[in-house]
Amino acid sequence: MSDNQTSLTPNTREIDITKKTVKMQVSATDKIISTIIYILFSLFAFICVYPFYSIIINTISANDLSAKGEIIFWPKGIHFQNYVDVFKIPGLGNAFVISLGRTVIGTLLTVGASAFLGFMFAQEDMWGKKFWYRFTIITMFFNAGIIPWYLTMRTLHLTDNFLAYILPSVVAPFFIILVKTFVEATPKELQQAASIDGAGIFTIFYKVILPISKPILATVAIFSAVNQWNAFQDTLLLVTDSKLYSLQFILYNYINQASSLSTMVNLQNAGSTAMATLATKQTSTSIRMTVTIIVVAPILLVYPIFQRFFVKGIIIGAVKG
Amino acid sequence: MVLLAVFAYYPLYGWVYAFFDYTPPIPLSQSEFVGFKWFHSLVENQVKIDQLMQVIWNTFGISGLGILFSWLPMIFAIFLTEIKAVRFRKFIQTVTTLPNFISWVLVYSLAFSMFSSEGMVNGFLHMTGLSDKPVLFLQSSDHVWLTMWFWATWKTLGWSAILYIAAIMGIDESLYEAAHVDGATRMQVIRHVVLPSMMPTYFVLLMLQIASFLNNGLEQYFVFQNAFNKDTIQVLDLYVYNLAMGGGSYSVSVAISMLKSLISVVLLFSVNGLSKMLRGEGIV
Repeated sequence: MSDNQTSLTPNTREIDITKKTVKMQVSATDKIISTIIYILFSLFAFICVYPFYSIIINTISANDLSAKGEIIFWPKGIHFQNYVDVFKIPGLGNAFVISLGRTVIGTLLTVGASAFLGFMFAQEDMWGKKFWYRFTIITMFFNAGIIPWYLTMRTLHLTDNFLAYILPSVVAPFFIILVKTFVEATPKELQQAASIDGAGIFTIFYKVILPISKPILATVAIFSAVNQWNAFQDTLLLVTDSKLYSLQFILYNYINQASSLSTMVNLQNAGSTAMATLATKQTSTSIRMTVTIIVVAPILLVYPIFQRFFVKGIIIGAVKG
Repeated sequence: MVLLAVFAYYPLYGWVYAFFDYTPPIPLSQSEFVGFKWFHSLVENQVKIDQLMQVIWNTFGISGLGILFSWLPMIFAIFLTEIKAVRFRKFIQTVTTLPNFISWVLVYSLAFSMFSSEGMVNGFLHMTGLSDKPVLFLQSSDHVWLTMWFWATWKTLGWSAILYIAAIMGIDESLYEAAHVDGATRMQVIRHVVLPSMMPTYFVLLMLQIASFLNNGLEQYFVFQNAFNKDTIQVLDLYVYNLAMGGGSYSVSVAISMLKSLISVVLLFSVNGLSKMLRGEGIV
């Protein structure tokens, strides 16, 4: 596959498009169509961004105005007390550590496993390759269902266990396909040369494949990290011990019972500092939104940097599927 | 491989629970073997039949809406690539794929902040005097299918379009040139060059979507469910969860899970066969 196909906006194509525009007659209907396209896309982009924006301006606005739903376009009465207060809520720091921990450890293991298995499946002479490949891929389409899965996890004593966050997701068929496709597209001579020089399969993997597979492994790492950070269902099903709650789970709980928390935070503050003014007094809305921002912030921060990256990655995988 | 065997294949063994009278914490070995009792119990009286039918109806409704609008990402991609201003196009693409990277809990939190009775939309309606009573967007059982479809589309549209964008980039340049020589307008180029080239990708994705017709997933419906919309939001996955975790009826829910998985496999192989027949190649 050539580089042009994998890149979303290859330079050659852009030049071609401009040439075409010159050649093409710009008719009145064309203009109308263009305008409609622009308006629709702008509208959809607005719908995609506005919820994030509005939550951010609400968390830094006066809480009494925000609770009435009066902060629509601009923040009013800016303050950062919400963030200070929310970080004082017991359990939240712990949940942050759990979420971060599962993201880091889970991602490392998943990338490692995907790299190695993807590499193995790209070998022509792997033992029982066809069978093992099918064995892996079928799990993408077929599963026993959540309750049998839950019962299995319980049999394995993986309920209320940090490992439950890590182990089930280590082998991910989709990532393996991505790596396999990538490795297959690399020149065969590289591996052959190494093998003639006397390198074993592990040396080839470590010294030859890993270094050249960096782009695809980075893609897998980002996907896997996002999955780990966003995971909610496993906590819901498997965890009753509040020490193992993830941020997502805490947020879900807060949405449903934030009012009692706001009372608690306000009581805490009343003891230590002077009476909080109406504007900085915690409401259920302010707590909920602030926690939402804390949970979504890591994604919002890394997203713009990596967006180009994983778009490429998914296309590499999609070309062959 | 061992991990895969344990986490993807071993749970299949859990299906035996469907044939036993299982109540935790009594171990399975001491539970009574009841054969197909639980499968019968699903349809033993009118109330249960009605309930199951409602759940299946919801599943069909929500999945059906998804399939009905499955062409949206394709159209999105086609018109996005029609945009000549590169910066604008990249901006749109970046922004519209963003929602795909947040969890359903976060989506729910955003939805809650916007649409709850004291949320921004109601605040706005109140301020502008359009409505003096808060509109209950989230607690209503009307239009749940539509709102669920809306959130799913909001989250995934930009992302799903990427595959089609890749396909559009792969279209042979000479096809465009031929069309221009023939004096085709832009819409004609889209209709006669771009659209036909998209069809293979579209059909593959459509078939996959049909194959997973019964698997709506749990998270979205779990976070959006409440006492008011429960009747119309319960899809099979959520129903199974609620039965087991809420009601403790493990055996019944395993029985439903099992039927669901079996039907899904049959569906997958049917569409695979159909795809082989129509297009000469399968999807699995």
